[in-house]
Amino acid sequence: MNGQAVVLSTQQRAVQAAAARLRRRRRLHDAIVRVASVCAVLAIWEVGAREMSPLLFAPPSRILAAGVEMIGSGELWPYLSLSFRVAAAGMLLGTVVGIAAGVLIARVRLLDLALEPFVIALYSTPMVALIPLVVIWAGFGDAGKTVVIFLFAVFPVLLNTYQGVRGVDTRLLEVARSFRTSERALWGDVILPSALPFIVAGVRLALGRALIGMVIADLYTSISGIGYLIVRYAQNLQIDRLLVPVVILSLTGVTLVQALRWAEMRIAPWQFAGRDD
Amino acid sequence: MTPKIQIEQASRMFSGGTVSAFEDLSFDVYDNEILCIVGPSGCGKTTLLRCIDGLVPLSAGRILLDGSPVTAPPSRMAMVFQHFGLFPWKTVEANVGYGLRLAGASPVVAEDRVRRTLTLVGLQPFARYYPYQLSGGMQQRVGLARALAIEPEVLLMDEPFAALDAQTREILQEEMLRILDQERKTIVFVTHSIDEALLLGDRVIVLTARPARVRAVLQVPFPRPRALAAVRADPAFGTLRARLWDLLRQELQ
Repeated sequence: MNGQAVVLSTQQRAVQAAAARLRRRRRLHDAIVRVASVCAVLAIWEVGAREMSPLLFAPPSRILAAGVEMIGSGELWPYLSLSFRVAAAGMLLGTVVGIAAGVLIARVRLLDLALEPFVIALYSTPMVALIPLVVIWAGFGDAGKTVVIFLFAVFPVLLNTYQGVRGVDTRLLEVARSFRTSERALWGDVILPSALPFIVAGVRLALGRALIGMVIADLYTSISGIGYLIVRYAQNLQIDRLLVPVVILSLTGVTLVQALRWAEMRIAPWQFAGRDD
Repeated sequence: MTPKIQIEQASRMFSGGTVSAFEDLSFDVYDNEILCIVGPSGCGKTTLLRCIDGLVPLSAGRILLDGSPVTAPPSRMAMVFQHFGLFPWKTVEANVGYGLRLAGASPVVAEDRVRRTLTLVGLQPFARYYPYQLSGGMQQRVGLARALAIEPEVLLMDEPFAALDAQTREILQEEMLRILDQERKTIVFVTHSIDEALLLGDRVIVLTARPARVRAVLQVPFPRPRALAAVRADPAFGTLRARLWDLLRQELQ
């Protein structure tokens, strides 16, 4: 039997190598399509925007030139760092509170029953509507901005964590009980590993919302940071410069979301298995 | 000889319901015997097995292991699940070592035991794989290895091969015969396959439709070590098979 398994494994290796070749080819094809699409859109944008008044729109080349200039002169950095520092603080707070609250609500029935209506109500409330109240409580400064970003970020993390912990396969819980698990071991062996992909997906959703929260906080509290840049350039009708922070925001979002997607695949490869078959 | 497991007037409703899974059920399982339980689908065989493992309490009666009542999963029992029940985030060796680690085995002992058990089921080359990278048959070998690794006195098997295709099932049945020749244990094996019961069992208990009661107990006469082809070719196999079918058919009507 042992020998048979080894034979099987060499055979399997050949099959795996063939499958890997196929995957590589498909991945190359997909990448080419993606890059071509981005190039085409940029080209149309470039040609189209050159036909328009620079007071209304700017082509990518001009945005790039403006970006290089703004970075070179050191004009961009203080505003960016201010916004991103606040965003990171709000995001971190939202993630920690979201995970802790999600786990607690999922595990303590009393909390679940008592808090569910509020969680759902707050999740469904557009957070923008709460900003005036936040400003009254926490002020116009960094604290107020952090609270706004926190409010944007916390609920996706909380709800995903809750779902992840609640959604643990009851059959696996029974397996664990059958092998005489302790409550603590159950968390480490079953509940957290099973909830982790959900939690990371929650953080990914929260990131997108935190970036929205960041700009809105800049605009609705004291006008500073990236929001200030956007408003100032809009008032001067410097569209190319206005679009620089916008592009940076969008690239930041894409990068972080892709990084988290990659993390999700690394954490829970079994959820993505079988897609090639 | 006192039986290894005694089931005494045991009753249990299906969880949450008012429907009886089994009622006033009594039978014994002897030391080192392989007892196969067959019955119409939905007659509560799985519920019975979960009760024997102490995962689910009885509503009446009692189940004794070596003379003392089972109230929680005993360390001397291990279960093999129909759905395999492997942890997708653990490697094959971590899955097999799961019960050992919970039982507090030292890493050295656990590692050695995992290696030996994996060799026994023919999966040593796949120790570092994850379950999703294995076929269904290999996954259930991991499930079997995980149960064997804690060296239980009693193995509870809940339709372990039912989720597999016919060919894989036969291969695993042969595997099972080979492993049982090496490591004799008391086994309660729930199945809906008459062939499987006759192939593996020393005795076969036929349960009635629910609420399940003992309809008949059959001795399986084939000598061990057994082989699938030889058992099938035995004239007694046909007779017993027809007899079991008859009993089951009466229950299905």
